[in-house]
Parts: sequence; structure tokens; C-alpha cells
Amino acid sequence: MTSSTGTTGLIFNEPLLWEMGAKGRMGFSMPPRDVPKAPVDNQLAGDGPDFADLCEPDIVRHYTRLSQWNIGVDSSMYPLGSCTMKYNPKTNERQAALPGIATAHPFLPSDHCQGVLGLIYKLEQMLAEVTGLDAVTLQPAAGSQGELTGMLIFYAYHVSQGKRRTKVLIPDTAHGTNPASAALCGFRSVPVPSNDQGVLDAKIVSQLMDDETAGIMVTNPNTLGLFEDNIKAVAEAVHAKGGLVYCDGANFNAVMGVVDVARCGVDILHLNLHKTFSTPHGGGGPGAGPVCVTRDLAPFLPVPRAVKENTRYEWSENFPQSVGKLHAFYGNFGILVRAYSYILSLGNHLQQVSQYAVLNANYIKEGLKDIFHLPYDRPCMHECIFTDKLQQPYKITTLDIAKRLMDYGFHPPTIYFPLVVSGAIMIEPTESESKDTIDGFIAAMRQIAKEAAATPELLRLAPHFAKLKRLDETRAARKPCLCG
Amino acid sequence: MRYLPHTPEEVEAMLSTVGAGAIEDLFAHIPNACRRTKPLALAEPLSEWELDRHMDGLSGTTAIQPEYMIFMGAGSYDHHIPEAIKQLLRRGEIFTAYTPYQPEVSQGTLQIIYEYQTLVTRLLGLGVANASMYDGASALAEALLMAVRVTRKKRVAVSRAIHPLYRRVVQTYLAPTGFEIVELPFGPDGRTDLKSLQGADELAAVALQSPNFFGCIEDLKAMDQAVHTDAKALMVVAFTEPLAYGLFKSPGALGADIACGEGQSLGLPRSFGGPGLGLFACRNQHVRSMPGRLVGQTVDGDGQRGFVLTLSTREQHIRREKATSNICTNQGLCATAAAMYMATLGGTGFRELARLNYDKAGYLKNELQKGGVQLPFAAPTFNEFVIRLDEGSKRTYRQLMAKKIIAGLPLDKFYSELEDHYLICVTETSPKADMDILVKEVTA
Repeated sequence: MTSSTGTTGLIFNEPLLWEMGAKGRMGFSMPPRDVPKAPVDNQLAGDGPDFADLCEPDIVRHYTRLSQWNIGVDSSMYPLGSCTMKYNPKTNERQAALPGIATAHPFLPSDHCQGVLGLIYKLEQMLAEVTGLDAVTLQPAAGSQGELTGMLIFYAYHVSQGKRRTKVLIPDTAHGTNPASAALCGFRSVPVPSNDQGVLDAKIVSQLMDDETAGIMVTNPNTLGLFEDNIKAVAEAVHAKGGLVYCDGANFNAVMGVVDVARCGVDILHLNLHKTFSTPHGGGGPGAGPVCVTRDLAPFLPVPRAVKENTRYEWSENFPQSVGKLHAFYGNFGILVRAYSYILSLGNHLQQVSQYAVLNANYIKEGLKDIFHLPYDRPCMHECIFTDKLQQPYKITTLDIAKRLMDYGFHPPTIYFPLVVSGAIMIEPTESESKDTIDGFIAAMRQIAKEAAATPELLRLAPHFAKLKRLDETRAARKPCLCG
Repeated sequence: MRYLPHTPEEVEAMLSTVGAGAIEDLFAHIPNACRRTKPLALAEPLSEWELDRHMDGLSGTTAIQPEYMIFMGAGSYDHHIPEAIKQLLRRGEIFTAYTPYQPEVSQGTLQIIYEYQTLVTRLLGLGVANASMYDGASALAEALLMAVRVTRKKRVAVSRAIHPLYRRVVQTYLAPTGFEIVELPFGPDGRTDLKSLQGADELAAVALQSPNFFGCIEDLKAMDQAVHTDAKALMVVAFTEPLAYGLFKSPGALGADIACGEGQSLGLPRSFGGPGLGLFACRNQHVRSMPGRLVGQTVDGDGQRGFVLTLSTREQHIRREKATSNICTNQGLCATAAAMYMATLGGTGFRELARLNYDKAGYLKNELQKGGVQLPFAAPTFNEFVIRLDEGSKRTYRQLMAKKIIAGLPLDKFYSELEDHYLICVTETSPKADMDILVKEVTA
């Protein structure tokens, strides 16, 4: 490689909020007092919170400096596997900030919010079209709340059949949220091993499936970046014993316009709008985790549901079998607006998004497989997984490789996940990275592989250019200091 | 498409590297039985200009201030949001980053969340706060599940003066678990009546809200004995309007073991109900039973102060089915906004703004009462309160709506016994002139 994007620059130190300011400063423009003071009950009155007083320039500089200690998608390639760190279009922010959207009160009578109510209805229809399923709720606030919704539907469906089922099958490659969501609904998770091809085997699923088992949670494409090509047979095995099939759609960015989820035999699917549909990850949310279901399960979706009566949109609570409510109002509406804006911007070209996401991942796989160990050498979807096996002779681990990548100006991939692959390095470039950037990433990884053999110490002490050296996580956990 | 960088030549070159003839070949392994039979039935892409026009039209149908006077809060509040916060939130380094799994290149997010946790503990008067929950409602549900874990008891008591939609979310979360919910009534003063707690000792938690859904400040101090000594339960205090703690004592100062609620009023737009922010804090001794992410302070290899995600052995990615919650992505950017908002106000501003909200509501309450409007609940309130209009008030409410005045939230939808009752809210963004118009119309 000729030159790396990672370099040093002037980075500012910045204290904590309460180490700055001066009593009596004010960063807020207080609206005028046009009413007299009202008497306060002294028994109930308190002193108010102990916050430092700052002025507006203090605030602006504080957060600007802190922002400079971060890498975001806007700064560099962020190939965090399973998280789909694609470009977050700027126009989406404009739309979500429109006055009739950002300041809409959730209890407005429906006559006074037809536009936003209609947006919910139309986005549900679009997601139904993209997935192939029939009905959608936009209420879950993130993927794991979508999973919880799915598990509540499992529970409610079986109760409606007059049965209590106690177990859920979960592949060993699943995200930790899957068993945690199942447990919240009182289900015991039964792990399903994947086969030597990294996918589920219908025979094994059939053997594990019984009439105590509510169904299966499958991630497809799975967390190894592979399409579960036995999904239909797996679904048939589950349905044969009266179970339901839940699909974790965290990786849906790989299959838009190609796969019909309903034809795969899936009954319930959640999408992550902050992954596939370009809404910003925000340093850890807010996201949105819509849940799409077959016609048969639509009565169980959360309420209220947006319905269309002639040309008017209305909220309806008239779904007696509904699992109830997951969110005080209608979910993370501002995120839904951004996803709606994204879908309208791409329209029927959404398939191209998946095509390029898959092309980019396969291109990286080809570019690195001679120097990094590839545990499953078969066509991948939108992400590819390597391990540190070839670097182990030099006592170099996945962690060292990840940290060294920072020095080359890239955010590291997801590491040590999925748990079934020892030392996993999970790379998801997304469709929005150009060939030039990806070539730079491949060159950096190849250089790191060379360094691992020639100058391993360089990796073990990495990162060298970041704001801080490696952080002591053990100390943080042993002596928790969670507030100042 | 402007978000997709590849030129046809680049696609060609990349395909040849991976040994594929056409891009469709990369999907060849997907069985036919799993494929779509028709192309995506979506419209042609809109240009940015067309999209703006479409969205402007859609946005224009919403009733908003200042065209409408909206005296409605009920868990979603109109407060002024400083422009500096809106602009800072859009810094790409903050808003396009994700969960700070790699601390060396995420110190910005980590310090912001550490500061957020600290501000929340100071606001709520408790020892530890997490990095956020989805919203006030799910925060309450998670708090009750946490109380069940801590006490190993399986019943929870929930006040009817808690936001009705929060109670429905609690029901949804608890339905499949078999944990029982007991409802506590409210008394004639609008505060929760704890008399029915007498003799109840199977309770994991007693959940209250202050200010409650009717805007009334609960007398938490007086409830301390009934909850802790008599029922031996945890006191869970929910809220929808944390600005109240700028004027009134914090939940922690009054005996709460867990405080949880909605942070929307701390610098977030109403946005049709979301994204909001679940604030969640508890006493130090319960930290390992707490749901959600936590950021902690540590040092780097050179001994410099830094921050990391910590105590993650409680969380789903390590503990899987034994985790304290399934939450993964939370409301990071909303927590960031709330931290910026609290920092912008500072202690002095926070108190002043709370007082202004209180005084505005006090003024309106007083004027309405002078005009003959009934105030059914006598307990002190913050920036919301209940009025009772004469029989047939629905007509008056509709007439006001036609004049672009939304005279609060009708309560009969949530409480059948509260016909003709309306929940009125005013904040610092309600000018006296608007309030005077409301008084004139309602008392006419």
C-alpha cells in the first residue's frame, strides 16, 4: 500500500463536565417570565441537581472535542460485522427534523396527524413488500425488542391453541439477544449445533423439535455470513410439530430483492432499521426493530395498529388477540421517518444495495483468504469471517489485529463473535464503501499479517495513533467507577 | 444512486477477482424455493428535491405550535431545545458511530455516556445509572423485573396513577412470566392510596409515579414505611417529567430503590412519541442486577484516564439466557442529547427552568379556578394538572379544537370514572397570552 489514512493529528484533551464551568454561568436562553411566582410546598421542595454551570461556547467546544475522539461511518470504513455500518444519508436528518414530524404530539387526534399516521401505514406496507410477509408492526424500539415481540407472539399463539410450550430452539451461532429474549418470555433455550458447512441441518432440528417446543429462532443469513440454505426444510420440520419459525433479520441487508421470507417458511421476522435501512447508529441507538408476520399471526401484533379507512388513516385497538404494547407510544417514530426517506430515495433499486453489499464482502474474502484463516470457504453473503489461526504461531491474537487496524485508520471488525468460531474476525463492509476504500482495507490487513510475522510487538502494543493506548478493562470491572 | 459508489467498470473488476461472471452468480447458492417470484414492487427512486417536497407535504398536515395552542403533555412535553444541541448531535463522529466496543477509537461516546450516567444519578438522587433504556414505559417494566430478581418475590403493586400506557407495557412484559400485578387505587386528592398495601408481604416492588399521570407530586416520604417496613418491597419510582426534580426532591432522596422514567423532556423533540429515552437508576447495592449497558472509568496502558463498557457479565452477549435483560442497542444518541441538555442548563438553569414551568402551571391553574373551573385533585402539581369541566364538555373540547386550541388530554379514554376530566400541561413555551385565551374560552 502507498499511504495509510491513519495518522496522528492534533487531538485536544478535555476534562469532565463537572471539572469545568463556574457557578452562575448559563448555556440556556431562558424564555421570559411573564407570570408571578407561585407558592411551593416546602416539605416537597428540594435543592435541584448538582450540575456544573457552563455557557454555550463551553458546551460546543466540549462536545466537539469529545466527538473528535470517535471514529464514525462519516470518518472511516467501519466494517463491524453484524452491525451493517452503512452510510447514513444526510437528507434523512432533514426529513426527521421537519416541524410537523419532530414536534408532533403522540396524542394528537387522528384528523390532526394524517401525514405522520399515513407514513406509519405506508412504511409497514413497504416492509411487507420487501420481506414477502403480510403484516408489520413498527413499535419495537430495537432488534432485541423485536425479538421479544416475536417471543410474545410465540407465547400468545400457543396459548390461543390451548397449549403452553416451554422451549425454543436456538442455533449455537445466534446473537446473545436471542436466548435472552426467549428467556424474558419464560422459554428455555435449546441450543442447535450448526453442521460442518456452518448452517442448520433439518434432521437435527427435527430430532430436537417436540410438542413442548414453541418453535425456532433462526438468523438468516446467519452470523457466519452464510445463507441458511436448508431453511425451508428446517421450517417444515418445525411446523410439522406445531411450532413457529422466527427469523432474526439483523442480516437482511444481504438479501433484499432476492429472498422471499414467507417462501422460506418463516412466520415472524424482525428487521433492524438502523442496519439495513440506513438510520444512524447514534453511538448505540436509537434503533428500530419492526416485526413482520404472516397473515395468520397478524392478530397478535402489538396495538395500536395504523389502519386505513377509505382515504383516512386511523389508530385501531380492535385486536383482541394482540400481545399488547411494547412502547408507551408507537415506537421510535423519528427513526421510522429516516427509514421511510431511505426507501423512497432508493425505491425499486433496493436490490442493488444487497448486490453490492454481497459483492464487497466476497471481494474482501478473496483478497485476504491466502493470509488469514477462513473457517468456511464457501460463497459468503454480506460479511466474511476469518480467524487468527495463521497468526497464532507468532503469538498474535485477533485482538492485536483489531487494535493495529486502528493505526491504519479503520474501525476494527466485530471480533470474537460468533462464539462458535475461535478468534473470529467478522468483516461487513456494506455497499457504501468504494472499491478504493476496500482496496485500502485489504492492503492494511495484508500489511498487518506481514507485521505479525516480522514485528509482532508492533501489534501487541497497538494502537499507536489512537487518543489512548489499550484500556484496562479488568480494572474497570473489578473496581467499578460508574459515575463522577 | 448517490449512496452507491461502484461504477460498472469497478463492478466488473471486482467480479473478476471473486471469479463470478455476473453479480447474480453471488446469489446462485440461494435455493429457488426461497426466492422472490417478482421484483420489488416499489416506486422509482425519488430525487432529493422530490423527497423534500413529498415530506414537506406530509409534515404540513400535522397540528403544531404556534398555529395551534397545544395544552397537552401526558408523557410528551414541549420544551425549548437549544440550537447548539441540535447541531452538536449531528456531528458525524457521534451520530454515525455505534456501541463503543473498541474503546480506543470511541472515547468520545464513552466519556459522553459516563457524563450522562453521572448527571442522571445526580438528577435522580441514586448511586448508579445505566446508559439508557428504550423509553419510560419499558424502563418501568425492566425495573419491576429487576425487583423480582432482587427480592425473589413474584408480585408487584402498581399505582393506577402511573401513566396508563406504561402500565400496559408492564402488563405485556410480565404476561408470559406469571408474575402478578396488583393495582393500587388513587385517592380523592389525586395521589396513590396505599391503604390496600396493609398486610401485603409478598410484594417485590411497589411502583409509583411522581409527578404522577395527573401531575400530582406523590408524598413519597410518607409512603416509605408502608413500602419498605410493612410490605418489605422495593420502592420503584417512575416519572414522565424529570424536569420536576429541579424544584421537588429527587426520588432517591425520598427512599426510591429504583427510579426509572422518560427523558424526552430533557432536550428531545416529541417526534410523535419517539425516540425518547428510558432513564434508569438504582441504589449501588443492586448494580449487578441492573439491566442495560454501563460505562466505567479506567486507565490506559500509559496510565491516562479513559472509559470502557463494563460489568458486561450481566449482559446478553456474555450471559445469553441468564442475562439481566435482552437489551442491546439502547437510545445512545438520545442519552447524548439529554446529557447536552442538562449540561447546557447547569444546576442553576435547571432549577430556574423547573420553577418557571411550575409558576406557569400555577398561574393557569389559578386563573381557571378563579373562572369557576373545578380542580378535582388537591395535591400539589408541577407543570400538569387535571381540570373538570361541566357535563357535555366534549362539545366544548371540539369547539376549541376548531379554534386550533387543544385543551389538554381527555381522561375518560383511560379512566372511565373521569368523564369531563382533562389533563392540562404548560411549559416555558406556553406564553401567558395563550393561557389567558384558554381561560377565556373554557370559562366562557
